[in-house]
Amino acid sequence: MAWFRRSKVSIQQEAQKKDIPDGMWNKCDRCGEIIHRKQLEEQSFTCAKCGHHFRIGAAEYIALLLDPGTFREIDRKMRSSDPLNFTDTKPYKQRIKESIKKTGLFDAVRIGTGKIGSVPVVVSAMDFSFIGGSMGSVVGEKVARASERALKSRIPLIVISSSGGARMMEGAISLMQLAKTSARLAQLAEARVPYISILTDPTTGGVTASFAMLGDINIAEPGALIGFAGPRVIKQTIGRDLPQGFQRAEFQQEHGFVDMVVDRKEMREKLIILLKYLWIHKK
Amino acid sequence: MARTVLEFEKPIVELEQKVEEMRKYADSLDIADEIRIMEEKVQSLRKSVFGNLTRWQKVQLARHPDRPYTLDYIEMMTTDFVELHGDRAFSDDRAIVGGLARLDNIPVMIIGHQKGRDTKSNVYRNFGMPNPEGYRKALRLMNLAAKFNRPVITMLDTPGAFPGLEAEERGQAQAIARNLFEMSRLPVPIIVVIIGEGASGGALGIGVGNRVLMLENTWYSVISPESCSSILWRSWDFKEQAAEALKLTAPDLLHEGIIDRIVPEPLGGAHRNPAQAAEILKDILVGELKKLQKIKPDKLIDMRVEKFCKMGEWEK
Repeated sequence: MAWFRRSKVSIQQEAQKKDIPDGMWNKCDRCGEIIHRKQLEEQSFTCAKCGHHFRIGAAEYIALLLDPGTFREIDRKMRSSDPLNFTDTKPYKQRIKESIKKTGLFDAVRIGTGKIGSVPVVVSAMDFSFIGGSMGSVVGEKVARASERALKSRIPLIVISSSGGARMMEGAISLMQLAKTSARLAQLAEARVPYISILTDPTTGGVTASFAMLGDINIAEPGALIGFAGPRVIKQTIGRDLPQGFQRAEFQQEHGFVDMVVDRKEMREKLIILLKYLWIHKK
Repeated sequence: MARTVLEFEKPIVELEQKVEEMRKYADSLDIADEIRIMEEKVQSLRKSVFGNLTRWQKVQLARHPDRPYTLDYIEMMTTDFVELHGDRAFSDDRAIVGGLARLDNIPVMIIGHQKGRDTKSNVYRNFGMPNPEGYRKALRLMNLAAKFNRPVITMLDTPGAFPGLEAEERGQAQAIARNLFEMSRLPVPIIVVIIGEGASGGALGIGVGNRVLMLENTWYSVISPESCSSILWRSWDFKEQAAEALKLTAPDLLHEGIIDRIVPEPLGGAHRNPAQAAEILKDILVGELKKLQKIKPDKLIDMRVEKFCKMGEWEK
């Protein structure tokens, strides 16, 4: 028994280390099913057995949603300048450098234009693998610019969120990105340009308390953790265990904060239907 | 009176007590010169201590339980205050107060976080930590102000939005997000003042304004130094370092372009002379209001949006 347990733990840790599934075989975090990479891709990175949604990067999400070959990235190389010269157990500059090397990204969001079912859109996809998808100046600025671009071209905006919240290493500047993104979205709303927010696992903190909750339509992926405070903090505050399913996508729908919970395999089709309802093409 | 004295205030308070004692004997003994010398000593000590506060010491001052809170400022600065209650949807959050008042005879809507001073009143005020209905009440009052063309003044002083189970059920994140969205396009002047603690989204939830002012001994950041320490250092023991790293004081934020103006406090902090603190703030608010009231609504909105959209720094 003891030997069996040890072995199981080490496999799980191995699986948790990877932010994006790679290699030929992947293990489902929830049911333990071993799935071939190809099959996983065919299933939009969900488990064929239990339906668990794997955490995926911005590039994977963009490829899943957009018409092939239509994505044109904007401000790809924008990166943090470490405005506070911040150091905790290691310098923030070093953290950024390491994250860029590890992920091939320059910060936790990618933005660009593209098409979904031939409807032109501006898309913004967050990537949890870059410092926990945290929002500092770069994420705030890029999401704001995506909104500005949507306003200028009068085409719908789609934002896919995946974030632990605001980035501590940029202090109050990170906090102000909540106001910045929300202000740009208010301008977009005034112009009646559609905005669809997709919330994936996890979407918490400052990102939920700004653009992720402000969609004309809010869509969540099944089982995604969505909330303001993290479950650990809430548990400490109230001093008791949290109920099953607390802060999950289905809980958020039940309490009225997301319009629907949509399986990733059906996300693109759902967007096509919605975009046709919301977007009125003007000459 | 059980007054709270912070560690670095102690030498000053001790000297002050000595001066007080000497005064008692001043009638019978000729010690006027000695008293004068002692008073000068106290004053120079105050200046040296308060001229060189660390960031962590400022955090402690911002939390001083004798500091004036929103309702204290309202009482000292305004006349005819009428408190308004409730979000018209769920309840009345007592951690955020608001209402109509006259500031130097200008009718305004004042809204702010409200802490309690002792255990009982702190429980009543939930330690100044609002639930979603607090943010929704604030928004209702702001919309009311807009409808009747009254400027809005908000006062920030919270350790954070309440991280509770019911708060999540009722949409803490959505309530804050909605406020940021609506405050950015409110067609009346908004002035924000940080009067104590400005902790993260819980503070910013009523903090989007045309002018953002900050009292001298307050802090404003994305996280408290304690929580930052526990997450980044994985220990509660690095709060001083975290406070330094976060650069969360008024001069820091003025330098970063996040606030517009520092409101001076009486020497030794607002809690040492609340009436004077309120007078200084009132004068500044009236001046700022008069300037903003000349600006047309469209321009006010535009200025406010662009002001926040300029915040941030990056490399191409």
